[in-house]
Amino acid sequence: MGGLAKEILQGAARGGYSQGMLQTVLQGGAVGEVSPFRDTYLKAFRFMLLARILDEKFASLYRAAKIHGGVFLGRGQEALSVSVGYSLRPGDVFAPLIRDAAGRLAFGEPVLDSVRTYLGSPLGPMRARDGNVHRGRPEAGLLPMISHLGAMISVVNGVLLARRLKQIPGSVGAACVGEGATSTGSFHEALNQAAVEKLPLVLVVANNQYAYSTPTARQFACDSLLDRAQGYGVEGHAVDGTDLEGCLKVLELAVARARAGNGPQLIEASLLRLCGHGEHDTAEYVDAKLKASSLGRDCLKIAEQSALHQGWTNSETIAVWRAEAVQKVEDAVAMVQREAGPDPFEESWQALSTRDLSEGNE
Amino acid sequence: MSITYLEAIREAQARALADDPRVFIYGQDVGAFGGAFKATKNLAAEFPGRVLDAPISEDAIVGLGVGAAIEGMRPILEMQFADFSTVGFNQIVNQAATLFWRTNLPCPITIRLPFGGTKGGGPFHSQSLEAIYAHYPGLIVMTPATVEDAYSMLLEAVALDDPVIFCEHKLLYYHLKAEQLPTEAFPVGKARIAREGRDMTIVTYSAMVHEALEAAGELALEGWQVEVVDLRTIKPLDTDTVMASVARTGRLLCVGESWPWGGSPPK
Repeated sequence: MGGLAKEILQGAARGGYSQGMLQTVLQGGAVGEVSPFRDTYLKAFRFMLLARILDEKFASLYRAAKIHGGVFLGRGQEALSVSVGYSLRPGDVFAPLIRDAAGRLAFGEPVLDSVRTYLGSPLGPMRARDGNVHRGRPEAGLLPMISHLGAMISVVNGVLLARRLKQIPGSVGAACVGEGATSTGSFHEALNQAAVEKLPLVLVVANNQYAYSTPTARQFACDSLLDRAQGYGVEGHAVDGTDLEGCLKVLELAVARARAGNGPQLIEASLLRLCGHGEHDTAEYVDAKLKASSLGRDCLKIAEQSALHQGWTNSETIAVWRAEAVQKVEDAVAMVQREAGPDPFEESWQALSTRDLSEGNE
Repeated sequence: MSITYLEAIREAQARALADDPRVFIYGQDVGAFGGAFKATKNLAAEFPGRVLDAPISEDAIVGLGVGAAIEGMRPILEMQFADFSTVGFNQIVNQAATLFWRTNLPCPITIRLPFGGTKGGGPFHSQSLEAIYAHYPGLIVMTPATVEDAYSMLLEAVALDDPVIFCEHKLLYYHLKAEQLPTEAFPVGKARIAREGRDMTIVTYSAMVHEALEAAGELALEGWQVEVVDLRTIKPLDTDTVMASVARTGRLLCVGESWPWGGSPPK
């Protein structure tokens, strides 16, 4: 994965991201010429750290009533999420879900995109038309989710099929869902569709044990969601979602197999959501036994301990990274808080690109 | 030579495929079989790899169409019957109809809905859903009444940068004929005066245009001159033409096939 930062920057530039913003995301750190995996691991860890700090800032802005609407965090899912974003390359397609701040950053989304969306800045990618988590840059391969779970999977299929029709080889599309989404008709239709067309889809299921408040026992009756891979005729991979190394390796494998023409890949990552469904949710329903189990481990802490244990970095360096990430987030928030909000009287309310056919022009 | 409403739809798709490499067709049984109504007859052979059979998955059919449109394609999606589009409703109204508003990226997809009552169709193969889709600001809803409009409006639907719900009436498929395909057409969104009259205006669309014209013919024998307005598109609604007609006649009758409560005629 050498040169990934450069690739992200190239992809971002191609997709319209500001290179400067991405460089601030990626600059700094002490990445030496040791093992390539050490390099990958530490870069992924830094995205996790940045995502956690960004999420915590949003939670604090939410509690201060500076954010209107819900705030949804990825606490406990950063290892999995970052691995998805990190395993993709420029030209690939990514449909993240509500807990994928880490994956979005690793895919190349600037910190400013999320800050501007949450704070309702018209300069953000959604131009203040859609707050919270529904942001994206479809022209750059980052698809903006709708709230209806499972609905983005077939959209990824469509991009991939179009690439096939246009004879553009080598693209992979990743879609993230939770275990709750596996109960939807959309999930079933889309995974079956991808299997029939043998599309290079990587479908990542974060089994975080609760869909809002509903435990897995009320969500499905099979022993493992991975059992379904065989039913759909696709390849399946299980992974401990609290383990960064495992997540990076399984995503690298699945993406490589999809890219090589082996059809859709289904990944089930077991972990625990270490926060409420949204910041409005105190999540008292989460089973204490699950919290105490290995599923309840904080992937960020484990990744840090592991990196220190391996001798890949030291506490001082991590403290510097943390301070840099905090500064990056604070700078972005301070900047966006000075930006003017949307003006409903200046806004075009037309829902069609063909202006003379839009409502109001009848 | 004569050409039917159904053949015009097939010919429009053939021309769209021939003229624009971004066009492809996706739907149930549309491939080698040629579609449940044969609206895609021989197209899979004429355009290899571009007319694709889909699993029975209306949600994923529309979702795939949106993804392909994001990637710059112009998919034509066939719902086997309009009734089954309700299974893909979420993708149509929440994904396709909001994409441009949310992202500034257009969503050029055409969704063909064979609709309306025919003998023996029953409750699940007869519905008229144009009013439901017209409710959403991000959708255009076309309801062609003639062979010429079926052809030219379908080509317009594919050419437009926005999602179009193309309602083609099954009753017109086989019996409605024209001598030849049109070479020019009314602009999209403009209604047509199908028959001029001074005593009353009937505003209608699709198959009911022909019922209205027949009624107008009978009333003419009694001395009443009835004007018939063919809306052509439900959304946008050409209120200018309707109001101008009613201003002349002073009386308005709206005729449609959908359910009366919240249907298109009350609008």
